[in-house]
Amino acid sequence: MKTFDYQRAESVETAVKAASEPGSVFYAGGTNLLDLMKAGVRQPDRLIDITRIEGLDRIETGKDGSLRIGAMVRNSDMARHPTLLAEYPAVAEALLAGASAQLRNAATVGGNLMQQTRCSYFYDRHSACNLREMGQGCDALDGENGKHAVLGWTKTCIAVHPSDFCVPLAALGAEVEVTGPDGHRRLTIDDLYTLPGEGQAPGTALRDGDLITALILPSGGKRFAARARYMKLRDRTSYAFAIVSAAAMLQIGDGRIKDARLALGGVAAKPWRATKAEAVLNGAEASEASYRKAADAALADAAPSGDNAHKIELAKRILIRALKSAAAGTPPKMPALPGSVFAAGKEAR
Amino acid sequence: MTDKPMVAAHHVRLGSNAGQPMTRRDGLAKVTGTATYAADNRPDGLLHAVYVEAGIARGRVNALEIEAALKHPGVVHVMTPDNTPALSQNPDEKTTPFTARIDVLQHDKVRYAGQPVAVVIAETLEAAQEGARLVTADYEVEPARIGFDNGEAFEPQAVGMSTPPVFSKGDLGSARSEAAHSVSAEMETPLQYHNAMETHAVVAEWDGDRLTVDMPNQAIGLAKPGIAAYFGIPAENVTLRSPYLGGGFGSKAVLFGPQMLGILAAREMKRPVKLALRRDQMFGPVQHRSATRQTVRYDLGRDYKFKAMEHQADVSTSSFDDWLDGAANASLSVYAVEAMKASHRGFRFDTGTPGAMRAPGIATGSAVVETAVDMAAEKAGMDPLEYRLLNYADKDPSNGKPYSAKALRECYEEGARAFGWKDRPLKPGLMRDSDGLLTGWGMGTSIFHAPFFPAKARALLRKDGSARAETSGADMGQGAWTALWQMAADGLGVAADDLDFDIGHSDLPDGSIAGGSAHTASAGGALFAAGNDVIRQLAEIATQDKESPLFGAGNERLVGDGGRLFKASDPNVGERYTDILQRAGIDEIEGKGRGNRDKASTETYAMFSHGAVFAEVKVDPDLYQIRVSRLVGAFAAGRIINPRLAKSQLTGGMIWGVSFALHEEGIHDKRTGRPVNNDFAGYHIPVLADVPHVEALLVDEEDPHVNDLGVKGVGEIGITGTVGAIANAVWHATGLRTARYPIKIEDLLERSIARKT
Repeated sequence: MKTFDYQRAESVETAVKAASEPGSVFYAGGTNLLDLMKAGVRQPDRLIDITRIEGLDRIETGKDGSLRIGAMVRNSDMARHPTLLAEYPAVAEALLAGASAQLRNAATVGGNLMQQTRCSYFYDRHSACNLREMGQGCDALDGENGKHAVLGWTKTCIAVHPSDFCVPLAALGAEVEVTGPDGHRRLTIDDLYTLPGEGQAPGTALRDGDLITALILPSGGKRFAARARYMKLRDRTSYAFAIVSAAAMLQIGDGRIKDARLALGGVAAKPWRATKAEAVLNGAEASEASYRKAADAALADAAPSGDNAHKIELAKRILIRALKSAAAGTPPKMPALPGSVFAAGKEAR
Repeated sequence: MTDKPMVAAHHVRLGSNAGQPMTRRDGLAKVTGTATYAADNRPDGLLHAVYVEAGIARGRVNALEIEAALKHPGVVHVMTPDNTPALSQNPDEKTTPFTARIDVLQHDKVRYAGQPVAVVIAETLEAAQEGARLVTADYEVEPARIGFDNGEAFEPQAVGMSTPPVFSKGDLGSARSEAAHSVSAEMETPLQYHNAMETHAVVAEWDGDRLTVDMPNQAIGLAKPGIAAYFGIPAENVTLRSPYLGGGFGSKAVLFGPQMLGILAAREMKRPVKLALRRDQMFGPVQHRSATRQTVRYDLGRDYKFKAMEHQADVSTSSFDDWLDGAANASLSVYAVEAMKASHRGFRFDTGTPGAMRAPGIATGSAVVETAVDMAAEKAGMDPLEYRLLNYADKDPSNGKPYSAKALRECYEEGARAFGWKDRPLKPGLMRDSDGLLTGWGMGTSIFHAPFFPAKARALLRKDGSARAETSGADMGQGAWTALWQMAADGLGVAADDLDFDIGHSDLPDGSIAGGSAHTASAGGALFAAGNDVIRQLAEIATQDKESPLFGAGNERLVGDGGRLFKASDPNVGERYTDILQRAGIDEIEGKGRGNRDKASTETYAMFSHGAVFAEVKVDPDLYQIRVSRLVGAFAAGRIINPRLAKSQLTGGMIWGVSFALHEEGIHDKRTGRPVNNDFAGYHIPVLADVPHVEALLVDEEDPHVNDLGVKGVGEIGITGTVGAIANAVWHATGLRTARYPIKIEDLLERSIARKT
């Protein structure tokens, strides 16, 4: 690993100032960053340790009823937080569906948002990768790409965003608080991530020195608490990235859907808010036929980026499953296999 | 199920240690971190070596840029083909069947991605690692050949360890012409990488022309002269220490390039050197399981009994060596059949060379055989267990020899009972659980041969009553420290706690290879015999000593147990070992032993361990995610020395079967040949949530022929049978079969859509 400096920040301001120097990166849980550094994909000159900054590890309810989660809250702490479990259960389920218990103990909210794709060509220094360095090309395009994007990709990059946690966040319209050299601002999850363009790699809207300090779950999201699920399809029962995943949140009255929130994971370079599908559902009957239509709408623009056409069909099916599971009601207690298709329950199958 | 002591074979009496479910004698050292694995060693003045791996799979290194690495602080030397001295033995020479052709910077050819092309040596691991990253290579690239569509086919000379590539018995054509039905299973199995938890590592230190090597190794007796030959020194100058291995699975039985580079670096630098592979480096020069493409065809009579069997396997190897997984031989000794043919075709891929990986040949072959058998059972409209009993082999169908022992019927019976098999509906897709998941039950027959290696051991009894036993055996985690200890203690007739026991060191008598599921029988047999040799000498002394209560009892059978020698006919007549030796004024007695398998038995009998595995899977009806919810295996493997450890081995094997059926797959980019999933996030093996319930049952079996002690192996058999059982259970749940392992969600999805349209 390349030699680097290490600096411990005492405050958000000193962290942002230090990180404004080129070659700096923030260090929190390190669960992804250290892997990237060992693989030589990231070669920072300086790590700015933000783990000791006071106040970043709190979970607080705001005056407007929103839930503010500090960027340094560890995934495992957040997932077991009573307010999150009660009001935003799909977020807790997604958190517990990700990685392993050991990783969740170390990983942080901010780090989870900022994690990189697991595209193996991105990690392999002998491969061409526009995400690593624009202009190299994309070796995933004609390579082993069964797990790659089916939405929002271009020939520049077909990688997918790996996070489970971000999928319900996208559905909820959650926001991040950012402090940067130019002061404070807020971004929705949808605006935080940028899709690849022609000649442009996917990434985030953050600039040098920008630090995510907190995640805000909007108070309006609580109304879905009774019908909110995250469903994740994967090749093994735990500790595997999603082939496809979906977060579904519903408000149902008189057999009709009053409000729906949907997002897909594992399909694009960002957590994919399925707004067209939401539009199909709003006002529709709460039935499998409606869910099917919604799934078709969600994937209407999908196209395989390689040997991954099956992901389009699977994404539809996981979305229908998430909708049926949400409609059946949030389980009274977190399932033993959170997010697993095996935890969907009979009514949803 | 509680562990119960096994009934001992009657023809040889073991003492009070064997058969007991003793816990691991090295357990405390392991959980407290005092067990020293090779890479834990840090001799004074240690340097660290990290090799640079080739980024292409085929071609030549035109130039290496090493200046940046040399300038990096801490880097002391970079070895390249230009400055690396020639080894005393060409590493492309095969001096034994266990010798692999290896890459030790003796040429500039690149034969697979991940091949060492340079070695950076530095004062710290971090400096060596960064130095290796700074080395850049300019290649002359040739297109990589990966996969059966691109690989180059050839007719092999042998498969596995020197087995003929083609076997046939009976007249296949005429048996087929009499057949009424036929089934054919065509399946591929992928490259699989051993990936022991402990990666390959070496710590090497030279003192003149004497070499001390810490290196995890399954075959110290082969490694010692092997290393000596490469470095041009007498074998006795090599000391190899391998007290603990963090898994071997076959890949630590062979010497590889990286370890030799570490030893070479230590000689070059005149300082001790450590070289330990990173996880990603495990996907290149240190062997793997061949990929296979197999067809198993059974032709059935009107009564649905097997008339003919043909098993053809395409098997991958490297471009520069010839090791091939003997997949097609897995079908030869399992089911009764009139005529049979097994054949192999080699395919050259630009990968490292494959090698023996846990249950080589049988794991891959039985995975397809067992699905073919179930297809035949379906054709016959019979229950898969009933159908297997219909085709039960009372003699080895490949040679007509009787089995030395075969309690497979009992395995079927006990396994089926424990699993609850009798309620299984014949047709697929009929079972759903309370959660609405498709549920399927499948089974497979397990088989693994019972080889025996010529191991040696030494035992010592001292005047103060203390005892010692030793052999250079290897504990890869399977429990040799415990099972061999038990056998050694029984050979000497002492309690295990009163025995000073040692393995894993080249100064000890050659315990032979810990492989082929033969170690307990081979090394344990040698230890037992060495102890018996001591007791024999002790008995001679006692029976000739007028003061001994055993005086004159030379014609009687005497037994040593609990530190006491006594008459078998009257245990009250006898005395303590220490009394015999003290009176005779003898300080110690040394015994030597070899395990024994009767040569005539080998010629007369077919020798195998057997078992039956029953699997229950849950499959999501729309999304096709699969979970093995229950596995029950019943195994008969002769005398069981330690039921607790035997179950642990069998359970581990069955879990590997889950891995083979549903998870493991080494994927290489077809253009470059580079591995794309060379870490544990990408190369899937089961996690705990994938194996909620696994049960291994031990079925009593007395094998009077397999060796003096009636011990067979349990290390590998658990994989065999399990893979097919899971595939059959997936079929039973869904009505779908896939064309390749691992069974994938997308393959089931595709087949389900094809079925509907």
